[in-house]
Amino acid sequence: MRKCSIEKLYSAFSELSSTMQIYLPVSNEEGKANYEKWTEGKLWSEALNTERSAKDFFFPQTEDLMKFKTEGKNIEIIDIRSEKEDFVIFGARACDVRSFDILDRVFLTDPVDSFYKARRDKGVIVSTACSRPAETCFCKAFGIDASEPCGDVTTWRVNDEVYFKSNTEKGDAFMKKIEKFTEECDEEKVDEQKAKIKKIIDKLPLSDLDTSDFGGGKTAEFFNSPLWAEMSSTCLGCGTCTFVCPTCQCYDIKEFNTGKEVIRYRCWDSCMYSEFTRMAHGNNRLTQTERFRQRFMHKLVYYPENNDGIFGCVGCGRCLSKCPISMNIVKVMKKLGGNE
Amino acid sequence: MQQITRDLLIEKASAFLEKENNSCVIGWRKGEFDYDITPYVFDNKEDLEKYFVWNDFCGANVSKYLINKTQKYDKTLVFLKPCDTYSFNQLLTEHRFSRDKVYAIGIPCEGMANVNKVKAIAGEGIEKIEFLPEGLKVTNLYGDEPAVIAYTDVLAERCLNCKSKAHVAYDELIGEDGSVISSNRFDEVERLEKMTPDERFAFWQKELSKCIRCNACRDVCPACSCEKCVFDNPASGVENKAPASSMEEKMFHIIRAFHVAGRCTDCGECSRVCPQGIPLHLLNRKFIKDINEFYGEYQAGAVEGSRAPLVDYTEGDIEPYEIFDRGDK
Repeated sequence: MRKCSIEKLYSAFSELSSTMQIYLPVSNEEGKANYEKWTEGKLWSEALNTERSAKDFFFPQTEDLMKFKTEGKNIEIIDIRSEKEDFVIFGARACDVRSFDILDRVFLTDPVDSFYKARRDKGVIVSTACSRPAETCFCKAFGIDASEPCGDVTTWRVNDEVYFKSNTEKGDAFMKKIEKFTEECDEEKVDEQKAKIKKIIDKLPLSDLDTSDFGGGKTAEFFNSPLWAEMSSTCLGCGTCTFVCPTCQCYDIKEFNTGKEVIRYRCWDSCMYSEFTRMAHGNNRLTQTERFRQRFMHKLVYYPENNDGIFGCVGCGRCLSKCPISMNIVKVMKKLGGNE
Repeated sequence: MQQITRDLLIEKASAFLEKENNSCVIGWRKGEFDYDITPYVFDNKEDLEKYFVWNDFCGANVSKYLINKTQKYDKTLVFLKPCDTYSFNQLLTEHRFSRDKVYAIGIPCEGMANVNKVKAIAGEGIEKIEFLPEGLKVTNLYGDEPAVIAYTDVLAERCLNCKSKAHVAYDELIGEDGSVISSNRFDEVERLEKMTPDERFAFWQKELSKCIRCNACRDVCPACSCEKCVFDNPASGVENKAPASSMEEKMFHIIRAFHVAGRCTDCGECSRVCPQGIPLHLLNRKFIKDINEFYGEYQAGAVEGSRAPLVDYTEGDIEPYEIFDRGDK
């Protein structure tokens, strides 16, 4: 384990930023944090989490895929991918780090999504243990340990010092790059911090959320439940939950004619939208109840069924704070599981 | 703190469900915490007694739900705060639901809290919120919460600039009716008007570039009641699920503001639901202010069936060139 002062961390950033881009949570004037590219003077936010999730780094909301140009009867297909620079996501929380695993299982299994993979290969994830989880946090319910997040490097912020532990080869390479700014240290302070965080996590009201009712093989049990209609009766059908979610991974592919060429791009889609997965025959989910059901069945049943029982939710709590009608996965799980 | 009690509303609602067949009550349902209230459709007394809630976090304007619920139920009871009654009237003016299928109870409102403001003051880890006469008593997991938070410190912007405590539509009213208030709701618009075009452009560019095109503003808006929005229709040529460019976001919000101009009652739901905190209500208020100045004071929803200036013609109407010239200033 190594450590450095926050001040030295910025010196390290200063040197690192000539060879790689550093993204870290920065607070705005209202105290809300979002990832920003680090430049001299930008401060690492102490906010619990970023408003937008970190999935944007690997799976941005819109992404151009290719271009087409026609001349006479010839069509030219232009690959517009460019070499990606190495980058660091610094300060990702445990929930968001788990979300990368969930996205990997979708995008990196055959057929591999080369756009996603290119970004994933170039990105180093430096996670940070939580120090002040909120009442909306429930990562523990999904087996995530916010006191010791995964990632290439794990860090703990204790007062004005940062402690580092490398977990992967990528992490080792990163630590090597900032070696001269850090010093060897023991784990005492970190162990203290971990114990403190664990105690808080145990006290969080949603930490004991019961997931045992859900998982693969439960489609028949839940799909036809009459409760979906009731739970979705006031759902607005907006895309907030899906767009703030770190694991929602559905996208649409569309084309835009600039007049000179056609750009094919993809953009996030939302199962809450009326045109989601529209096919030649029309739509397969005609009511908001069906669309609402799709989202939660995907997270709680379909995803675990196809992915060794891992749930498609990481308990980050963003949908809890952002849903316009405060309907969310916790309420759905409690209602469906009979634990209301 | 709200003056009327949950019990009184449950009593009214239960009596209604008992009396009317195939009926429902649109109200608010308690959440996991004291602040995450869900607008809800109640169809039985047990649920009402267990889950119905009325407190300072019942800001959601439930009037738009009448469009769908009156198609499903023969009779719907709806609880309306003063500002909700304007949306109610506007929906009626636009023939969006049948009046005879609804029983509207007007309830007084002392202003609603903005949970983001509460969280900013009380910190993360809110365990409990008590509603005291002098303010909110918040308890958090870390024990570092302030003693009591004054209601005025956490009021939603739309409530700080409340335009009316009067109910403009109801079948039954609980408590005494209030009156229309002269608010400062156009102050912020005036501030924007005084900016140079470049400054104003920069302001909106900064705000609108936060947009993630979740459409929550549109979906919650009582004035946005088209069965199929042009932005959801792939055949329209303007449909989009994500912001394709920063200009595209501007177009979406500006087109939406134009579409609801003269019909927007300024209920403020668009800004309440925006996950990115964009002050969308300012676009609508600019239109309201302009309409007031061009055609004389007009409040959408104040009178059921009123003809809005933009869809009405009078000989004294302002000439287009006068408006055009004004834009240059």
